[in-house]
Amino acid sequence: MSVEVRAPAATRTLKFAEALAEAVDEICAEDPRVVLIGARFTGHTPSAHVMEPVTRKHASRIVWPPISELAYCGVAVGAALAGLRPIVEMSTATFSYEAVPQIVNEAAVIAAMSGGRVRAPVVFHMLYGIRGGGGPQHSGSPQAWWWNSPGLQVAMPSSPADVKGLLRWAALRSEGPTVFMDHQRLMELEGPVPTGRHEIPFGQADVKRSGGDVTIVATSIQVSRALEAANRLAREDGIEVEVVDPRTLEPLDRATIFASVRKTGRVVVTDESHENAGVASGLAAIIAEECFDALRAPIRRVAIPPTPVPYAESLERALIPDTERLVAAVRALR
Amino acid sequence: MLRIRRVEERCIAFAETGEIRAHYHLYIGQEAAGTGASAALAPDDYVFTTHRNHGHVIAKGGDPGKVLAEIIGRSGGYLGGRGGTFHVAAPELGIPHTSAIVGGSLPIAAGVAFAVRRRKGQRATLAFFGDGTMEEGVFYETLNLAQLWRLPLVFFMENNSVSAAERAGRGSPTSEHAAKALSDVPRAFGVETATVDGTDVEAVFALVRRLLERVRIGEGPFFIESRTTRWPGNYGAFPKLVGGTTDIAWALDAASAPDGVRAWTMESDPVIAYAAKLLWHGAIDAAALRAIDAEVRGEVDRAARFALESPLPQAEALAGVG
Repeated sequence: MSVEVRAPAATRTLKFAEALAEAVDEICAEDPRVVLIGARFTGHTPSAHVMEPVTRKHASRIVWPPISELAYCGVAVGAALAGLRPIVEMSTATFSYEAVPQIVNEAAVIAAMSGGRVRAPVVFHMLYGIRGGGGPQHSGSPQAWWWNSPGLQVAMPSSPADVKGLLRWAALRSEGPTVFMDHQRLMELEGPVPTGRHEIPFGQADVKRSGGDVTIVATSIQVSRALEAANRLAREDGIEVEVVDPRTLEPLDRATIFASVRKTGRVVVTDESHENAGVASGLAAIIAEECFDALRAPIRRVAIPPTPVPYAESLERALIPDTERLVAAVRALR
Repeated sequence: MLRIRRVEERCIAFAETGEIRAHYHLYIGQEAAGTGASAALAPDDYVFTTHRNHGHVIAKGGDPGKVLAEIIGRSGGYLGGRGGTFHVAAPELGIPHTSAIVGGSLPIAAGVAFAVRRRKGQRATLAFFGDGTMEEGVFYETLNLAQLWRLPLVFFMENNSVSAAERAGRGSPTSEHAAKALSDVPRAFGVETATVDGTDVEAVFALVRRLLERVRIGEGPFFIESRTTRWPGNYGAFPKLVGGTTDIAWALDAASAPDGVRAWTMESDPVIAYAAKLLWHGAIDAAALRAIDAEVRGEVDRAARFALESPLPQAEALAGVG
């Protein structure tokens, strides 16, 4: 898999996992306030090993907590209140369910409750999505929960350049709590990454492919799937798809999404979380409310059907919002 | 202690007039614990508290006017009315955030202690919480982590439903907890644990001062069980001023307290007990005691007026805090 990114001049090609590891390395080197609570950013993916030199180099900056998600997420919140910039690496995203009270009912409310006088700049990093064989409890996609929790920022990078730029910004610049969600299957994705201290402020969507006929608003791994679908649709149907990647759900760059929708009048929204009250639903509602006059067809969602993710490959495959389903959804708009 | 008592009596009045909009919790009967512990803390030490926070904030130096204004949701409150009675905090006093979820503040307190230790700082962190927190899973996770990482943290558990006779004993179980004594639990984790009569302000002060000295040289964490006896006004869903406001003259003769609160005043009221002790030792006389009370009443009257005159926050206060 590879993603086309219109990148500035000086770039190199890195895997997503390598760009992520590079970001963690730079973040630790540049800001002594950063502390890592857990550090398996690349999980058990084939590229897991790229974190090894980083964790060796910054061993003094890492604490390995007991299996106590609720307590160590709260510890991160407290450490942030006391002036550190903690990054919690939670590994599989469903483990964060154990810590919901601290993420949703503490970290998220602190700034609002104090009128912004008290801030908790903490990053909760997690690996979400259908990773292959995860079964019902290790394939979770909780992004809609976080997006539904005011006070949290939600980042969902789709490319090596974006994971580096967004993680650097979250860890080094942001003053609020961030849930940073990487899809487990993105780790092998290759793409150009700008050299130097590449950072992407939150709230800036990116048009990953230009096209005048249909807009696909896609998050995280759905961007790769949407780009594949776009290439096929161009080749087989002569349909030019524009792929808009919000990059962060909160804050959300509505202007870039609306501009694309107003240009094409046809929209598919896609995210690898469940359909029912999921991210695709939320994006569809926002677009319908603000751009109804520009729509020439109903908005279509491509997401996971509302059923727990099964183990068997044949069953799992049937749920994935893949390129086929995106192609079919775009064709159904005509 | 008396200042806390007078502020909280005012809370009941504010609830009766509808100024307090919803459920609230009082610290009456526990004043010696918060006051003794806070007197041992340095000004820049951290304190974490709970839904029952009014007394802790005042004990740490909180301004009664700003506390009362927050309790009734006014812009002059410590959080501009955004937190209310459940969440009174005072970042400038080392109380950055108050969770009203049982156990919610505990891992955050551990995180502050963790940050202090990583930076080789001297500031201690003391977390007040109730016995109910020991029914929550987060308590066990936090206790384990704090002990594994040797955090400079004092767990200050306030068991506020102990009978007068049991306060000095080994500890009484609660109906909701399987442990024979709650103080057995931290000991099982290897955490050094002390019990104290939470109505004895000098005993609490001496204990906390001793433990804080050890916290600052890296010997933490520690666990304290402070035992108090429930104030008769604290039994219903909403607090009631059983027996009326505290009459400081009860310190001269506790048996003169009215029915309903007499036994508690005689055996378990930390404010009256300490006033009586000061009188007994001749540290003050009755006239001086009345003068102190008059001064505190005046101060709390002014605080209540400040709170009532403070405007409601405007909707613009919601902007720009994402």
